[in-house]
Amino acid sequence: MATMGAHYDLARFGSERLSFSPRQADLLMVMGTIAKKMAPVVQQVYIQMAEPRWVLAVGACASSGGIFDTYSVLQGIDRVVPVDVYVPGCPPRPEQIIDGFMKIQELVGNESIRRRNSPEYRQLLKDYGI
Amino acid sequence: MESAKTIIETLHAKFAPGILKVDHSSDMPVVTVESSIIHDLIRFLKEEPAMGFSFLTTLCGIHYPDDPLPLGVVYHFHNLEKNLRIRIRTFVPSEDPQLPTVTDLFSAANWMEREAYDFYGIVFTGHPNLKRILNVEYLDYFPMRKEYPLEDPTREDKDDRYFGR
Repeated sequence: MATMGAHYDLARFGSERLSFSPRQADLLMVMGTIAKKMAPVVQQVYIQMAEPRWVLAVGACASSGGIFDTYSVLQGIDRVVPVDVYVPGCPPRPEQIIDGFMKIQELVGNESIRRRNSPEYRQLLKDYGI
Repeated sequence: MESAKTIIETLHAKFAPGILKVDHSSDMPVVTVESSIIHDLIRFLKEEPAMGFSFLTTLCGIHYPDDPLPLGVVYHFHNLEKNLRIRIRTFVPSEDPQLPTVTDLFSAANWMEREAYDFYGIVFTGHPNLKRILNVEYLDYFPMRKEYPLEDPTREDKDDRYFGR
């Protein structure tokens, strides 16, 4: 929250507008603990995004289940969606989130146009069942 | 305290062989009963004018693995007019954990019994919709039973050195 606020302003880096629907979004930022019951919902939101799309896993719980190693918590969202950048921390500082966001921007700038049609990418999505 | 004792006496008078133990040591009287009379006892607590326990505060499951009847359900009732609380405990064997539902008396018991089923596997006969409420549907065991570990069973990368094993 502080990341979008006045002090650590994420809008400086181009992330002014939060999309109102995943169909209009480029980047999915998953923050917080995802329970196993929520996992198909996260996957559905990812499927609704249009290519090209990126995923930022913010926080320890979204990256790997965090401190909650239990029967009900999904041990990292990379079990259901392909993740591009992981931001560790519990909670991550705003500067860390901005750093993760800048790494996504680097990936966006350096990505080949053919990547989303390549067979490796298609195989990746198939491995996730998408 | 006067009223609590008279209530316990009335329960003894009516359900004598089913009441296994009465305990006054904690903040509310705790009555351990047999599972066969539990529905009649709760109906009596609710509908008898002298009792008036019209509010089911909570219902939860519990598992004592070393007891002869390990799985149990604890009900908390509250008499709103006289501000009296009572705790009713009943236990069932783990091979066939069945109890009558109290959804017909208290609608609040609907989700609470689903939670007890979800985590302990206690089957409430007569429940309108007994299925898992908090866990995922495909979970094939009952997590809160003591024989199951808290940790996620699907992790492959845990290092035993850090987990004291």
